[in-house]
Amino acid sequence: MHKEFLMGNAAIARGAIAAGLNLISGYPGTPSTEVLETSAKCNKSGSLYVEWSVNEKAALELAAGAAYCGARTMVTMKQVGLNVASDPLMSLAYIGVKGGMVILVADDPGPISSQTEQDTRTFAAYSKLPCFDPSSVQEAYDMIGEAFELSEKYGTPVLFRPTTRVCHGYASIDVKDETEYKSVKPEGFVRDPSKWVIFPRLSYNAHIKIEARNVTLSEELSDYARNLVIPEKAAGCKKGIATHGISYTYVAEALAGKDAPRVMKVTTPFPFPEQAALRFLDGLDEVLCIEELDPVIERELTYICGKHHLPVKIRGKLTHDVKNAGENTCGTVAENIAGFMGWELPAAAKAEEPPALPVRPPVLCAGCPHRASFFAVKEAMKGQKAVFCGDIGCYTLGNAMPLDMVDTCLCMGAGVNITQGIGHIEPDMKCFAFVGDSTFFASAITGAVNAVYNQADMTLVILDNSTTAMTGHQPHPGTGHTMMGQVVDKIDITAVLKGIGVKTVVTVDPLDLKNAVETVKCVASEKGVKAIIFKLPCAVIIKPKKPAFIDTQKCTNCKRCIKALGCPGIVLRDGRPAIENSLCTGCGLCSQVCPCSAISLTKEGE
Amino acid sequence: MQTNIMICGVGGQGIVLTSKLIAATAVSHDVPVMSAETIGMAQKGGSVFSFLRLGDGIASPMFPEGSADLLIGFEPSEAVRMFPYLKKGGTAIVNTHPIMPVTAALTGSDYDGADMLEYIRRNAEKAVFVDGDKAITDIGSPKVLNMVMLGAAVATGLLPFSLEEIEETMKATVKPQFAELNSKALRYGG
Repeated sequence: MHKEFLMGNAAIARGAIAAGLNLISGYPGTPSTEVLETSAKCNKSGSLYVEWSVNEKAALELAAGAAYCGARTMVTMKQVGLNVASDPLMSLAYIGVKGGMVILVADDPGPISSQTEQDTRTFAAYSKLPCFDPSSVQEAYDMIGEAFELSEKYGTPVLFRPTTRVCHGYASIDVKDETEYKSVKPEGFVRDPSKWVIFPRLSYNAHIKIEARNVTLSEELSDYARNLVIPEKAAGCKKGIATHGISYTYVAEALAGKDAPRVMKVTTPFPFPEQAALRFLDGLDEVLCIEELDPVIERELTYICGKHHLPVKIRGKLTHDVKNAGENTCGTVAENIAGFMGWELPAAAKAEEPPALPVRPPVLCAGCPHRASFFAVKEAMKGQKAVFCGDIGCYTLGNAMPLDMVDTCLCMGAGVNITQGIGHIEPDMKCFAFVGDSTFFASAITGAVNAVYNQADMTLVILDNSTTAMTGHQPHPGTGHTMMGQVVDKIDITAVLKGIGVKTVVTVDPLDLKNAVETVKCVASEKGVKAIIFKLPCAVIIKPKKPAFIDTQKCTNCKRCIKALGCPGIVLRDGRPAIENSLCTGCGLCSQVCPCSAISLTKEGE
Repeated sequence: MQTNIMICGVGGQGIVLTSKLIAATAVSHDVPVMSAETIGMAQKGGSVFSFLRLGDGIASPMFPEGSADLLIGFEPSEAVRMFPYLKKGGTAIVNTHPIMPVTAALTGSDYDGADMLEYIRRNAEKAVFVDGDKAITDIGSPKVLNMVMLGAAVATGLLPFSLEEIEETMKATVKPQFAELNSKALRYGG
């Protein structure tokens, strides 16, 4: 045992490796990504199989197959990724596993970088799978091994759902030395169709077993030391606080040095530890539930009070005592508790109102090829009735002014289908779908097949920057390398599109603006499904060129470069456009937009 | 003894490394440490902050407003944005050099940081202003602003470490060819 300062996600990976992990698969998504990345970094011997799968469904099915063989497996994703993986998840709950299988799903209260505020604890109840909810980096490290143990003991996959502040929080924690690591030798796949092949009869029998198992688990988990009930310090206090996850640490901070009320920390929200809850509720008048996302604990406690006729008032989100959206903070939790307990909060020192702060919204980076691609399509479609359906990735930022080129964005891979739907209702609309290369492989190929076969009239624009940029540059099938360090054949997007019957597939360099605009005009005028691939690597992964240069003699200060592109590499200095040399990558897009040829990539004479 | 530190600025200024260096020094001196920071939008010129907590009995990686002993602001407006976290009597160390938002050219913002510095001067009981622009010019590298700020933080005496102890961690962390430059910057700030 020794101390290390680790990020929550790194701690989870390290804890899983210490527990004898054999295989880890996943799809990138904030705040879960670093779990798999850390696993790959720690895999010097190559004994662990690590894979960024094409999407979450593939990742989960792969991990299930390995777990059928007795391997310890983990699959990682963000909460919306679980929606993609929900089909295999729901069925796997009935089939079960042999080796321990942990499905790591990172939730994102806020949401800080997600489409939804869905709660994987609710998904646990829906799928009837046990769920672990760590409250700190240390607990996440320690508990991942316990999750594997429980998974193997009951032959079921288990969910492990940290939230952003646990995933991305850092702490100096106790970690095992390598000599303490467990080693797991998988037995291999043992053929047994009565176990591994799902049929209605099997499902009926499995359902009966699952319900019985979850009753047993509720009892077992009531004695699980991490489902804490902390007795009150103040005698006669009839109030209690029930909480979970990172909010538990906010509660602990708020109660430090106080004659605290009784506290319950629910670490396994499903199956809910009913006996532990009864011990917590015993003798209380009122409970405040402090939760993020869904009121899972609040509903369970309300149910338990009803079932056992307990005269305890359960408060929380459902009773509007606590806000029902967004994340908690130390501050909001301290206020909630003070209100509930009737405590006076120390009056906040009233500082004067600060001056208006500059906003720093996320924008496409200087030199980002997506800016050029969006601009080319915008120019080409000027004056025409057109719709631009976007998707999930950096290019969602194409919605920002002045590009303003994202009309819809729903979920991974949706744009290609949404644009078809719009086209069927508005036949005179030029329908576009923009999708990144990683998202294309993850979930847009089926949409393209749908479009071709069902005779849609649309232009599919692939923004191919040769990486998964938004989540930190993970490989995907178009990049030619894997997490095991192999260099492999890339899957060619053009060949995929041709293979499914897209007749026109044109690849263009988005920075060759004139050609790009002409290509878009030409391709979009065709009938049927056609595709344009804007191909240029992400500006962050290539070496920048020398910054552009503005000839102040030629510049008429029309500011078209700024108004058309909104590139962070061009700033206003003394009221005139100027190149910000620290950001400019020398992509040259602005030089093609300037009507007076004032911007060039080399100073005269160089 | 607990020390709460808020480090804030704009993506690309080296805030996360600063936080990591203090944390690593804590680990090597058996001081419990926790931190939490913004992740993801950093490379896109967004606001970046790092909560850093040292000492025993800490439960949460974040702390509430009004509880930072030390606010290290790498940029004037970002220091003001996080100013509510500074506790009464706490110390603010602020780089006086403003960074325009990347959208400023588009929105026609005339932000120059002066109002922000005035605000901190009026509202912080203890404030240390660092001319970051002069510092990086004097030292000769734009990449060492974070070390200058860290040196200034150590000089307040609010961190439970000496400049030499921080320097030792820095040397173990950065590439050897940058160690000397960073030492120079640490000492410049201190």
